[in-house]
Amino acid sequence: MDENLLITMRDISKSFPGVKALDHAQFTLRKGEIHALMGENGAGKSTLIKVLTGVYSLDAGEIHVAGFDGPIINHSTLEAQEKGIATVYQEVNLCPNLTVAENLFIGREPKTKLGTIDWRTMNKRAKEIMDGLEINIDVTIALENYSLAIQQMIAIARAVDMDCKVLILDEPTSSLDDNEVEKLFKVMRDLKAKGVGIIFVTHFLEQVYAVCDTITVLRNGEFAGEYTVEEMPRVKLVAAMLGKDFDDLASIKKEGAGHVSDEVVVDGKGLSHKGTIKPFDFEIRKGEVVGITGLLGSGRSEMVRCIYGADKAQTGTLKFKGNELNIKEPLDAIKAGMGYLPDDRKADGCIGDLSVRENIILALQARNGMFKKIPISKQNEIADKFIDMLQIKTASRETPINQLSGGNQQKVILARWLCTHPDFLILDEPTRGIDIGTKTEFQKLALKFAEEEGMSIVFISSEIEEMLRTCTRMYVMRDGAQVGEISGEMTQESVMSAIAGGV
Amino acid sequence: MENFKKLTKQPLFLPIFCMILVLLINLIKSPAFFSISINNGVLYGRLIDILNRGSEIAILAVGQTLVVAVSAGTDISVGSVMSLSACSCCMLLAGYGNNSVSVLAVPMIVGMLFGVLMGGVCGAFNGALVAKLKIQPMVATLILFTAARAIGLLLCNNQITYIRYEPYKYLGNFFPGCPIPTPLFVAIVVILIVGILLRKTALGLYIQSVGINGRAARISGINSDVICFICYLVCGLCAGIAGIVASSRIYSADSNNIGLNYELDAILAVALGGNSLGGGKFNLAGSIIGAYTIQAITTTLLAMGVSTDKAPVFKAIIVIIIVVVQAPAFKAYMAARKAQKAQVKEAA
Repeated sequence: MDENLLITMRDISKSFPGVKALDHAQFTLRKGEIHALMGENGAGKSTLIKVLTGVYSLDAGEIHVAGFDGPIINHSTLEAQEKGIATVYQEVNLCPNLTVAENLFIGREPKTKLGTIDWRTMNKRAKEIMDGLEINIDVTIALENYSLAIQQMIAIARAVDMDCKVLILDEPTSSLDDNEVEKLFKVMRDLKAKGVGIIFVTHFLEQVYAVCDTITVLRNGEFAGEYTVEEMPRVKLVAAMLGKDFDDLASIKKEGAGHVSDEVVVDGKGLSHKGTIKPFDFEIRKGEVVGITGLLGSGRSEMVRCIYGADKAQTGTLKFKGNELNIKEPLDAIKAGMGYLPDDRKADGCIGDLSVRENIILALQARNGMFKKIPISKQNEIADKFIDMLQIKTASRETPINQLSGGNQQKVILARWLCTHPDFLILDEPTRGIDIGTKTEFQKLALKFAEEEGMSIVFISSEIEEMLRTCTRMYVMRDGAQVGEISGEMTQESVMSAIAGGV
Repeated sequence: MENFKKLTKQPLFLPIFCMILVLLINLIKSPAFFSISINNGVLYGRLIDILNRGSEIAILAVGQTLVVAVSAGTDISVGSVMSLSACSCCMLLAGYGNNSVSVLAVPMIVGMLFGVLMGGVCGAFNGALVAKLKIQPMVATLILFTAARAIGLLLCNNQITYIRYEPYKYLGNFFPGCPIPTPLFVAIVVILIVGILLRKTALGLYIQSVGINGRAARISGINSDVICFICYLVCGLCAGIAGIVASSRIYSADSNNIGLNYELDAILAVALGGNSLGGGKFNLAGSIIGAYTIQAITTTLLAMGVSTDKAPVFKAIIVIIIVVVQAPAFKAYMAARKAQKAQVKEAA
């Protein structure tokens, strides 16, 4: 094995029931390298890391780690740690009620001769470690007193102090602000100088270019390529992640948009929600289908959640059909005539044990109010109408929704909003995880409702073709902020370069 | 066999099965259990006793069912709140400091409504803690579990307050000329009111939605906090009503003994009714049958000569069985065993 190599993963395959999460994936990490692991959602980044750290077992392939002869297999994260592979996750896995020093040494506290914990040594060493990272804090007070960034740093310090050779950072920056990110980067560069290899998983393109040396791109569980940062401009990186070569980017024919009227339905100015989305403007006209594009985690969902009131807008004004609207709760938005199909179907959409019928009429009932119960006969009528119209495959309208397939669950949630006859409907990743046939159906439906009923629709999708087919205009999001708007002749290429920004 | 399996899947299978089981045991052990006679113009017998005594538990079970459904937690303060409600009522009727009166200080209905209102205040307090401050239901209701009884004791000036006024006894015993015990009517009225509320409004749908997936319910326009609050409020009012009935039964406010351990019976009734203590879908009828089943068990044990202080042991055994049968681990184990058996059969 090459002197410089820390980890080599070859032909790694891993299947879960019904899904091939990794298919002959490759990964190589060298000493003193910060290596970005990129890929869209479901590309297999987390699975690859979990295979490496022993959370999952692998089906096929070999992992080599410097200092160990032959292929190794980790059966647990503890084994991985013993081999010098430490992981820091997105969520800080420390105990907020313990002191910084305790957190650093938990499970390996220095002992006195009597076998009790040697607090003095522990605090002293903790102080040394933090000083080494140039973080000047009191190590004897509880962790919860410090910001998330410091906590994140402490998690890293703990990993480093355990003599790690490889540090895996799994989206450590998603909850940090710019300053905090900068601090984290400094620590990363210091570690790099000491020869530690770092695997950095992130959705933020800017950060990759700010700190990384090498990029490995995964796509649908397969290895798409390893590149140095210099040879990989943003547009090419986005193209690699999405699996599109510029050569075969056929421009897709746009369907007519003649039905869009001049009447502005939603007009938002300077809306924001602290910690999720920076101030943005939003405007949509009657019968218009607007897209919001950007990589995952760029603020697409956060933007619509803010408009809809799922996360209350803390700044800005929102006009709905000309009237100023103060949305405190989603119910206010529903009453005004909005609908929101959330991207996380399971957590935000389905009421699992309730029937298809109850799931369909839920929002309509909420808008009518508790005391105006929709009569059962009417409920049945509505449910049957939409089961028929959207061709929802269910044994009966009384079948619990969690017994339906993903695509059919999504149709039920769509029906929930359609039966309220909204003027403005937000579809956040309506086609994620559903089969091709249903995907096309959803696109057609969106266009149909815009055209025939004058509904204004926001369509969000990770698949650019889908948006090109449906949207006449797109807002571009990057790193939690709105960075622009594109319209007119849009092609895969123009959208991707807009997502990537800069160039 | 196939039909039997279908039967076991019915929502009311568990409570009705338990009820029948208890009655069957009695049928074998002592058929006299079922005899009903008329003494002094009122019905008399073990069955009547069950319907009479079980009514407080049934009233509590109504509120508890909603609380369990909406918050996947239990209100453990209901027994203490019963006591506080009884004490508030008697204190107002007797006038503060008097421990035995035969002439009421205020009209009887005012005192009773005040007692129920106190129950409502307690429910609102619990509801605010759970719905707004997001405190775990058991911890939030632990406050009044300990405090309410003590507050009642203070209201009654540390003594048992007797209301020696004949009409005060009607609610917990018999109306003159009516052979059926009044608590049964009270329970029926409470069940009807809540039942109609659930049937005629969308409250039932809201409660289940919030209990199953609060986030999705909120996105769909349901104010999860308010719904949760309402459930605790109803639970408090039910405890208030049950407290007045219990007080009327003994025409006094005995703050140390009214509603003692009733919260356990109420929770058990919900579980016995086939409702998951994990919240979500619920069945009010099941809880009510469960409540009377528990009283049937208690009465049976007493009839068999098991003393009141030993009865909880048997109840505990029943709780263990129900909880284990409902546990996911147990269900998975049974499913695995079944699959194994099928495999063995196939191999043979």
